[in-house]
Amino acid sequence: MSRTIIINLLRFVIVVFIQVFLLKNIGLYDMPSPYFYILFILLLPFNVPNLLLFVLAFILGLTIDAFYDTPGLNAAASVLLAFVRILFISITVQKEGFDNEPEPTLGIMGFRWFFTYAAILTVIHHFFLFNLEAFSLSQFESTISRVLLSSLFTVFLILISGLLFFKRKERK
Amino acid sequence: MRNLLIFITKYNAFFLFIIFEVASLIVYVKYNSFQKASFINSANGITGGLYARVSEFNSYLTLRDENENLARENARLRSQLKSSFYIDTATRHKVADTNYKQQYEYIVARVINNSINRSYNYLTINRGSLQGVAKGMGVICNLGIVGKVMYVSPHFAVVQSLLHKDSKFSAMLADTKEIGNVEWGDDLNPHKGVLKDVSNNAVPRLGEAVVTSGYSLFPEGIAIGKISNLHTKAGGYALNMEVALAVDFSKLQYVDVVENKFGQEQEGVEAQQKKDE
Repeated sequence: MSRTIIINLLRFVIVVFIQVFLLKNIGLYDMPSPYFYILFILLLPFNVPNLLLFVLAFILGLTIDAFYDTPGLNAAASVLLAFVRILFISITVQKEGFDNEPEPTLGIMGFRWFFTYAAILTVIHHFFLFNLEAFSLSQFESTISRVLLSSLFTVFLILISGLLFFKRKERK
Repeated sequence: MRNLLIFITKYNAFFLFIIFEVASLIVYVKYNSFQKASFINSANGITGGLYARVSEFNSYLTLRDENENLARENARLRSQLKSSFYIDTATRHKVADTNYKQQYEYIVARVINNSINRSYNYLTINRGSLQGVAKGMGVICNLGIVGKVMYVSPHFAVVQSLLHKDSKFSAMLADTKEIGNVEWGDDLNPHKGVLKDVSNNAVPRLGEAVVTSGYSLFPEGIAIGKISNLHTKAGGYALNMEVALAVDFSKLQYVDVVENKFGQEQEGVEAQQKKDE
């Protein structure tokens, strides 16, 4: 149990560092940078209590906001992400399986499930984030193109990181 | 009552979601009015300090470009020295000059955090109230104007860049002295601005320089950019044109904060006039 806590703490710090000092400086032409930090929320264990999940998502969002000078923006998007995660997992994973599958990683859940999971959650998160930032429907088309390109980049990074730390444990 | 409790615990995820979402939206709406400096920004001790350290490292990577810029500026300044002019007149009178009083002073600062690819872009600089930076001062660099100081902490300040949806600076066409306002373009392009509200009588040329007008925070005649397109969508009673910005915001390293010594006096007398009306 304490091992899980330490791993997740480390992951929190690493994800924030990568986001703030590396990815924040990447611009694809006029497109915004990827928001890779949501990986932390995606990889939290299955049996994390809902309250803790929301608190962590909120804190992670606020930390990113502190570096991006946008108080509340990333926090709101992360909280939405946490909610969608709960819905998605409750639909696609059986409750009895929680003991065998501690974390929703690529190695444990298989490529197909993990890809759907990452793609859907990323697109919802980015869609909410960019629209909240623009706060108007007048540039809806350009916002959508930003959402799609940025999501593509984020999902790509998430899959790469999943393959880097790939540990094969087939589902029983 | 019991049924209500059961209902809430059964759908606890949804209710928790509502609570946290509302909390973050309140933070978002409240602190993004940009009037109040909150502690969740890059001017506080921890984030500001970290940014300062990383930017110190990054500044090594751009030393070559910086050196070139400085050398170019040196050359320009040297060409303005008295010694580089040929003196035409045979005799010169020396007059003790009391006509001039310093109006603008400049505070050099390094950019430690910068963004160009969002709709509301800010820079953080490593000078704050201890060095005399105050809210509302203009910020320029050797190539042209950069923005305006928004928040100040003792050692850092956050600057609202020209690449910001709410930025608006008074400008004029360099040759004809026609007044207008410079804003950022609608398409989030970091190299394009828009010059708005120019009188219909003006005859702008393609490639004409756009400079500051002296009506705002900056001294008169500081570069903003060049006119790159005359036919942007018409603004009715006024001309609009596209401006290619002089400053490359993605490469900003050193900036100067402009302190207008008479700024307060001017504001005071203008406020008086508004009160009397």
